[in-house]
Amino acid sequence: MAGDATKTFSNDVLWGGGRSPFSISYGKMMMWFFLVSDALTFSGLLVAYGFVRHSTMEAWPIGEEVFRALPGLTGSYPLIYVALMTAILIFSSVTMVLAVEAGHRMDKKGVIKWMFLTVIGGAFFVGSQAWEWSHFIHGGGGYITTADGSKYWVHNDTHDTHDPANAPGFHLVPAQAGHYLIPAEGAAHLDHDASLKLWNERVNYVDGANMVRNEYGPPQYANFFFFITGFHGFHVFSGVVINIIVLIMAIQGVFHRRGHYEMIEKAGLYWHFVDLVWVFVFTFFYLL
Amino acid sequence: MERDDIIEYSLDAHHSEEDGRKIRRKIWMVTGLLAVVTAIEVVVGAYWKEWFPGAWTAVKWAFVFLTLVKATYIVMTFMHLGDERRNIRAIILLPYALFILYLLWIALMESNFVHWSWATMQ
Repeated sequence: MAGDATKTFSNDVLWGGGRSPFSISYGKMMMWFFLVSDALTFSGLLVAYGFVRHSTMEAWPIGEEVFRALPGLTGSYPLIYVALMTAILIFSSVTMVLAVEAGHRMDKKGVIKWMFLTVIGGAFFVGSQAWEWSHFIHGGGGYITTADGSKYWVHNDTHDTHDPANAPGFHLVPAQAGHYLIPAEGAAHLDHDASLKLWNERVNYVDGANMVRNEYGPPQYANFFFFITGFHGFHVFSGVVINIIVLIMAIQGVFHRRGHYEMIEKAGLYWHFVDLVWVFVFTFFYLL
Repeated sequence: MERDDIIEYSLDAHHSEEDGRKIRRKIWMVTGLLAVVTAIEVVVGAYWKEWFPGAWTAVKWAFVFLTLVKATYIVMTFMHLGDERRNIRAIILLPYALFILYLLWIALMESNFVHWSWATMQ
């Protein structure tokens, strides 16, 4: 567009010294180099996830079965919450690029308005992720395994996982292999006495998720969930902090006095990168 | 604030109201596209078993393709890489693509081999 990069210069001027052949400022170029190295880190994590998933012999959890809850609602809403988080992040990416555009027109009011909305969107995303982690860690009641290797989902009315057998409405449901919280085909809910008998003979009770084991599938599944979304979430958090600092500087008129709003563009590059990583996490962790 | 020790490219990056309108129109178009693609991914992710039973491989590759479409629009429009000079674009994208395609290839080969050897041992 109307940036310096599109101006035409002859090659003698560009490569003859005194002018960057890339027509890009030092700060922007270094931000790009940092983003490339950060992208390699995230790619490494996602490729490692793919490696484990392809090499494992255990059934791997299915995204739309594990992530189907909404805050304050019962019932099944596959991937809706993650889609909502994606929408929030895309929305805050749009407000960011609008702030950059306002900066190119030296429109201080526009920059402040759009940067403010970007910070709000980022804060909403970090908050959503906190809820998702909490829900993932607490889980949906857990399962027990018996001596013959059968697996049963544990249900009760109060979602008590500390002493589920004494909670009202306690019963077990025979589990379908390779699926999360789905009963085996044709299997009825066991009555209270049969459930209690199996509960007392249980070999293992796994509820929620931690770094050692989880109710969704192989331990690596939760480990990758915590590491990939955690690493991304920390990037979002740092992005929000950077955006707040840049917003305060814009309000104080630092960039206006400097004569250009390139700092918004550099913060924007980082912020869009965070959105870009989420696009890949969404596909490779939640969809595939 | 004038500095003479660096060439301040940012000073040349200003644009007019007219340019701004054009850029904003493009931004909203890309926003709509990203929203539509994400909506398609979520709906297909939730209902593909009912709609396309047994077509998981095709659905999977469709997801990968749509992800690359979204990534291209974010990098080229939102991050303005499409507006930069061709050589900086190549310096950023080519080494990355080279490393990651190689890493993907080697990791998928190895993981499938590990899976196969465990399956044989059982």
